[in-house]
Amino acid sequence: MSVEAKAGDVVASDLISVFIDDTEVKVPKGTLVIRAAEMIGVDIPRFCDHPLLDPVGACRECMVEVPDMGNGRGMPKPQASCTLECAPGMQVKTQVSSEKADKAQRGILELLLINHPLDCPICDKGGECPLQNQAMSHGRGTSRYEGVKRTFPKPVSVSAQILLDRERCVLCARCTRFSEQISGDPFIALVERGALQQVGFYEDHPYDSYFSGNVIQICPVGALTSADYRFQARPFDLVSTTTTCEGCASGCELRTDHRHFQVKRRLAGNKPEVNEEWNCDLGRFGFYSGRQDDRITAPLVRENGELRVASWPEAIDAAVTGLKAAGSSVGVLTGGRLTLENAYGYSKFARTVLGTNNIDFRSRQASDEEAQFLGSSVAGKRLGEGVTFADLQSASSVICVAFEPEEESAIVFLRLRKGVRKNKLTVHSVAPYLSNGFAKLNANLIAAVPGTEASVISTLDADADTVILVGERAAGLPGAFSALADLTERTGARVAWIPRRAGDRGALEAGCLPGLLPGGRPVADAAARVDLAAAWGAEVPSAPGLTGAQILAATAAGELNALVVAGFQPTDFADAQTTRDGIEKAGFVISLESRQSEVTERADVVFPVDLIEEQAGTFWNWEHRPGRVNRVIKRVPSPMTDVRVLAMLADALGEDLGFRVPAGARAEFDELGAWEGARVAAPAVAAGGLPDVAFPTSLVLASWRLLLGGSASTDGATALLETAKPDVARLSPATAAALGVGAGEPLTVTARGGATTLPLVIEDSMVDGVVWIPGNRHGAGLGELDVVAGETVEVNGGAA
Amino acid sequence: MTDLLTPVLSKNWTQERSWKIANYERTGGYQGLKKALKTSPSDVISVVKDSGLRGRGGAGFPTGMKWSFVPQDNPNPKYLVVNADESEPGTCKDMPLLMASPHTLVEGVIISSYAIGCAYAFIYVRGEVAHVIRRLQQAVREAYSAGYAGKNILGSGYDLEIVVHAGAGAYICGEETALLDSLEGRRGQPRLRPPFPAVAGLYASPTVVNNVETISSVPSIIREGASWFSSMGSEKSKGYTLYSLSGHVARPGQFEAPLGITLRQLLELSGGVREGHELKFWTPGGSSTPILTPADIDLPLDYEGMAGAGSMLGTKALQIFDETTSVVRTTLRWVEFYKHESCGKCTPCREGTWWLVQLLRDFEAGKASEGDIEKMLDLCDNIGGKSFCALADGAVACVTSAVKHFRSEFEQGYHTPAWELFPYGRSALFAKQSEGAHA
Repeated sequence: MSVEAKAGDVVASDLISVFIDDTEVKVPKGTLVIRAAEMIGVDIPRFCDHPLLDPVGACRECMVEVPDMGNGRGMPKPQASCTLECAPGMQVKTQVSSEKADKAQRGILELLLINHPLDCPICDKGGECPLQNQAMSHGRGTSRYEGVKRTFPKPVSVSAQILLDRERCVLCARCTRFSEQISGDPFIALVERGALQQVGFYEDHPYDSYFSGNVIQICPVGALTSADYRFQARPFDLVSTTTTCEGCASGCELRTDHRHFQVKRRLAGNKPEVNEEWNCDLGRFGFYSGRQDDRITAPLVRENGELRVASWPEAIDAAVTGLKAAGSSVGVLTGGRLTLENAYGYSKFARTVLGTNNIDFRSRQASDEEAQFLGSSVAGKRLGEGVTFADLQSASSVICVAFEPEEESAIVFLRLRKGVRKNKLTVHSVAPYLSNGFAKLNANLIAAVPGTEASVISTLDADADTVILVGERAAGLPGAFSALADLTERTGARVAWIPRRAGDRGALEAGCLPGLLPGGRPVADAAARVDLAAAWGAEVPSAPGLTGAQILAATAAGELNALVVAGFQPTDFADAQTTRDGIEKAGFVISLESRQSEVTERADVVFPVDLIEEQAGTFWNWEHRPGRVNRVIKRVPSPMTDVRVLAMLADALGEDLGFRVPAGARAEFDELGAWEGARVAAPAVAAGGLPDVAFPTSLVLASWRLLLGGSASTDGATALLETAKPDVARLSPATAAALGVGAGEPLTVTARGGATTLPLVIEDSMVDGVVWIPGNRHGAGLGELDVVAGETVEVNGGAA
Repeated sequence: MTDLLTPVLSKNWTQERSWKIANYERTGGYQGLKKALKTSPSDVISVVKDSGLRGRGGAGFPTGMKWSFVPQDNPNPKYLVVNADESEPGTCKDMPLLMASPHTLVEGVIISSYAIGCAYAFIYVRGEVAHVIRRLQQAVREAYSAGYAGKNILGSGYDLEIVVHAGAGAYICGEETALLDSLEGRRGQPRLRPPFPAVAGLYASPTVVNNVETISSVPSIIREGASWFSSMGSEKSKGYTLYSLSGHVARPGQFEAPLGITLRQLLELSGGVREGHELKFWTPGGSSTPILTPADIDLPLDYEGMAGAGSMLGTKALQIFDETTSVVRTTLRWVEFYKHESCGKCTPCREGTWWLVQLLRDFEAGKASEGDIEKMLDLCDNIGGKSFCALADGAVACVTSAVKHFRSEFEQGYHTPAWELFPYGRSALFAKQSEGAHA
């Protein structure tokens, strides 16, 4: 009997044979014995071993006997199989065939338990605990220990989100290795010695990491627990659903656990191609927003200026009356929360029911150049035609443009870090300063004042082994997409567009753009319209549509009569006040929302829709990879998806949307396929230059959103929000000196829409003449200031 | 009788201010260095190989072979690290050597560094011995002033920097990889091997780690020749070495003799077991080496002789215990030491020593239960050979050997406190301790 490794890129001649319990296993050179044993189904007990962490050999649980190292000589003592590499011809005897190995394992387990509190009945881990499970499978029924157990006060807070119970800790060093090796935030470390060894942290510096939740998941005991989840449920009472995270465009697989029709916790799923076994704290802990008091559970209609609860038929009637009055003088704003299915529903609804191309998912700064780039290089591609996570790890260099991986797509950051640690990847950042995230990637800063990135890109060297990651913020950098298109053409480098929100990639594919129909079909291309019209059995409007900002400007100016809005915050746009005006002045506004928002406050009809955990669908991540969203909660207050509401509206308007459930939308979308005809032409826009500045009081603004900051999606996640970075402003040393402001002192940034005062951080790598502030300050987005990166702002020391 | 002694390292210890460079030079000091610099590094390695010198830190690995493992094609710098973290209970050879004649080590460091081609040498000294550190620092400073260290040593073109580094007080830092971690500024815990230090040691560069006595033996070998050295000692354990006798002997201290001398001979040299008493048990090389009994008194104290008796030569720290001593109490004290010094990295050592101490305290207090001996031996079996490094092996060796030779004393622990069987005051070396006192 023999088993061969499933390693894709290993040729048979590179495999070596080892014999585990007399079964031959063929494995790639360098494979650890514990992994080889797994391949034949021999489960050697372990605690410190984790396939994604460097071996440490600390717990000694995985002892095996090695009668032959492959050279005819045996090892006199049992060996830890988690640190022992397979050698050709090696003989290994595990607990299955060796009494010595079995006794060694049982002996270690007994030792692990002597100082363990055995408080399983009140431990969060009880029921899913590797220590508990392996004590049952490889331990003794009773303990021979009659002495005194080591005790510690418990628990202590490692961060606002993570609690540490040192009594339960088996000192496997998984958490400390994760923080050091995987996320690069070594703020926890083992301290003290002997049985008093413990996980320690700086008293005045908590475990600051966007990935801290992973240590709870990989802890093989209940030593690390979540402040939110503590004592909320027993694992065996939870129902688990595999789904896809809605936090960003990386599309991590999640395991969402619920009880009593409420999500209790979310864990990282195991998806090696995407998130491996990790996820970020936003994805793990940020799931409370839908259970706030502002949840909308019934349709609302406006009567005498006030919204009141209405029945579904009444709300449908009101919506239809408004839409009929507006005709095709309507705009559709979808935002970034939608699944592919729902986005496709809006896209088709706009074209076939409303008869307009006025649809845009980009509730943010957007440009025609970006739309052209998306139409020419992104939309209609399939997985494998573009860059993948695996490519990030194996590329020789990755250049990030208008993209901060750790803040804007955190799992991309982890994969880049893996490439840097394991594969000699070099990362470059085209940015105004080297952020902490890039510092952890040992990245090279290609300094650029915001707005001048295009000229910097045109000077870059690249080759076919280079990957360029461009963020959605490039839409605000004139000429950047054009320069990238030129660079890839010139050098063979590959480019990937990484938007911020989970629904963005699917919305693009679904055609939620004024110039783009589903599957990358250009609106301007008659053949593409005919292709689609044939499939839909309905005419596709040919008039070019308005972008999101144009739609809002048009309603504000009275040129557009109605709005259909899926979900966004006015502060997401460059100018929040204009956006609010646009909604207010629109003659008729229909809002499909799950929670009260600034849009629902101003809407005429509000339809309640499902939260993400209440519906099924698909998120396409930035790789063009579909991620299945499964329904977690099956008893919901308002059992309607966006698609269902749109179908009802279509029915009432006398049209047929063609589907009423997400699965139907998906089937139709898949049948359409990608456009095989001519794509939108690549953009060719001249590089932007520096705006007028008057150093040092008038500076160029740099800004991006942080992973954790002001955002409706993290409402209710109190512990998570406590771990967010504080709001600060950043200046170069020379600029700060010219302004006469010292580190920690208040700095006021003033723009058209207002001013904000933040404490100053002096950033050594920052280019002069630039000020950075976060795009999502706690409580106020950048949109409130009516300014975008690359524009000038007034800056002065002190409060406003 | 004294013709059994072969003072080489200790030859100058009784001289006036033997630690000063001028006095060291007067007795042939730095002649070995001058001779070495006139030959090629590989010739120096050959001489050391031919001499049969083996590591004096306990393991007895052939020194010349260790040096030749250092890859010469590695682009990283090479390092020599001297292990002066002498902390094994009973062991007292490196510290007296460094107090009396630090230049012997410094000269050895320079010759050894020259042989392996390293430009930086580190001496990691146990942090508690401040006086030794100061004396060693002074000696290194003198060597620099005399042109034996620094740039272009004695006009040879060879450069060497020597760094004296003080540890922070952890027995585990005597383990070579934990020592390297500590030297790099990390917490001292043993590293996973491979890679071995010879390939990736200090700062992930090729590194030779040797004991103080090993490196201090090199100058004499170079000066007097390999055959002079190998003419001393036994067949596979060549040369002279420092034996330190402590405990119930009339004249404790350091005795430099050829390898293969017996305890009987050493006891004769040291005036025997203290008057009116007789030998009960002893350790050949510190508390990590299984204890031996009077029956083993004529065994050769060399690597093979001790291995043959089921023990180890270790650090040649001979602790002598007479019939007034409680084996149970002695074992408990040793295991308490290992529990205190366990670094905590691996389970068997961290938890096992914690448990063993509690069991042994029961035996000492006469509160152990029937079957506890078997439980303790089984526990030792679950610890020994399962741990990350050898610290835990040392911790159980004293327990298992004590039970093997003195099982009945442990059985008495089922009902009678050790302090009643062996009133502790009687085994005290100093009269002040009151009869019957116990800790």
